[in-house]
Amino acid sequence: MDVLAILIDWAPYLLTGVLVTLGLVLSALGLGVVMGLPMALGQVYGSRPLRWIVGIYVWFFRGLPILVLLFLFYFGIFPGLGLGDVPAFVVGAVVLGLRGAAYQSQIFRGAIQSIGEGQMIAARSLGMSRLTAIRSIILPQSVRIALPGWSNEYPNILTDSAVCYAIGVAELLTRASQIVSQTHVTMPIYIATAGVFILLNYGGIRILHRLEKRIAIPGFGSGAV
Amino acid sequence: MSTNNYILNVEDIHKSFGNKEVLCGVSFGVRKGDTKVFIGPSGTGKSTLLRCINQLTPPDRGRVWLHGEEVTGSGPRINHFRQKIGMVFQNFFLFDHLSAIENVEIALLKVKKMKKEEAREKALSELRQVGLEDWADHYPAELSGGQAQRVSIARALAMDPDVILFDEPTSALDPELTREVLEVMRKLAQQGMTMLVVTHEMSFACSAATEILFMENGVIAEQGAPETLLSDPQYTRTRNFLGQLTD
Repeated sequence: MDVLAILIDWAPYLLTGVLVTLGLVLSALGLGVVMGLPMALGQVYGSRPLRWIVGIYVWFFRGLPILVLLFLFYFGIFPGLGLGDVPAFVVGAVVLGLRGAAYQSQIFRGAIQSIGEGQMIAARSLGMSRLTAIRSIILPQSVRIALPGWSNEYPNILTDSAVCYAIGVAELLTRASQIVSQTHVTMPIYIATAGVFILLNYGGIRILHRLEKRIAIPGFGSGAV
Repeated sequence: MSTNNYILNVEDIHKSFGNKEVLCGVSFGVRKGDTKVFIGPSGTGKSTLLRCINQLTPPDRGRVWLHGEEVTGSGPRINHFRQKIGMVFQNFFLFDHLSAIENVEIALLKVKKMKKEEAREKALSELRQVGLEDWADHYPAELSGGQAQRVSIARALAMDPDVILFDEPTSALDPELTREVLEVMRKLAQQGMTMLVVTHEMSFACSAATEILFMENGVIAEQGAPETLLSDPQYTRTRNFLGQLTD
């Protein structure tokens, strides 16, 4: 009964962490799309130097453990750029986003490359410029093809976000451990935290599935009838 | 450069892929309303020739002129010429994420910058022309091959081209679907559309062509009106090729 009372007492504090965690996840996913999609286009259609630059980027951000990236940015790069006062939350969101962009660019690249060359040929034969063809024909198709793979980034980033504990972002895990040290109640707190993560995971995946269905096209990509 | 009322001039086109010369100097002129049918064995450069005309495959040598303006080497202006030179592909290449009517109107919107209602109306009338107005909202995956090819013809027509290139438009279709596509093409020919057609369909060549061009080894080996070329081919290879088709 004691434990339950403690849990109820601290629930608001823990649940505020949901907002922080979701903030991390959404900024990471957003940055991932905003950067990852152009990077994928650059890798498929770009000049050799551009492809090279994207390749290095992807190699770097996929090659380092996320904790190492977080420390590099928090203790090195941000202060080095005179941004030492930036909240830890921002550093976490940026690192998750930059790393997400590396992974997501490869999801988008695969989708773009899976589109038959006939689509581009037909578009050009109608007088579309390459850019118009990419925007009007290639991108709408690649986004639909990429969505199932891209959705998988949500649970990845959600679970990765707990690493921001290490630089003191007040997300779910950080708050959980603070509650533990205040109350000396351990397992129930961590179990509750795990439950919150699982619910967030489930809810997000449901939403993404609904999105997949909404933009599905008969007989095309994942929307096959 | 527009002698003899030619709207399209093709001059001495050469094209090699690696060491293999696929086109070895092809020249001809096209008048408004012509239906020129290219026949000949596979691998003799017929499809490459069509792609050299709208520069999807730029030729190594030779020139193409449309209404006296040079199409070859025209840089970004090629997008202007391609609106005037429609193309229909063997495998349709419909845009898979767009419905039939959206396939027809997309270039009107994005290239011709037409207003939405105007484009929709135009697209609908082109679909009517190929007998598919009832299928406007269906997606490519929901269409038969014959219907898909007719949508792709409507897509080409919508740009109001001066000439349409047909690259083996029925080779991916069974005989029944072939018939419905050829019917549309025959109707276009009768309406005075200028067409260059690569095909193995001799019935179409006989009934719709103003001229048949027999290609072999990258050159036009023989050309003439269907009656003369088919009944009295001068060239042994033409005779053999036609013999094989009627076997």
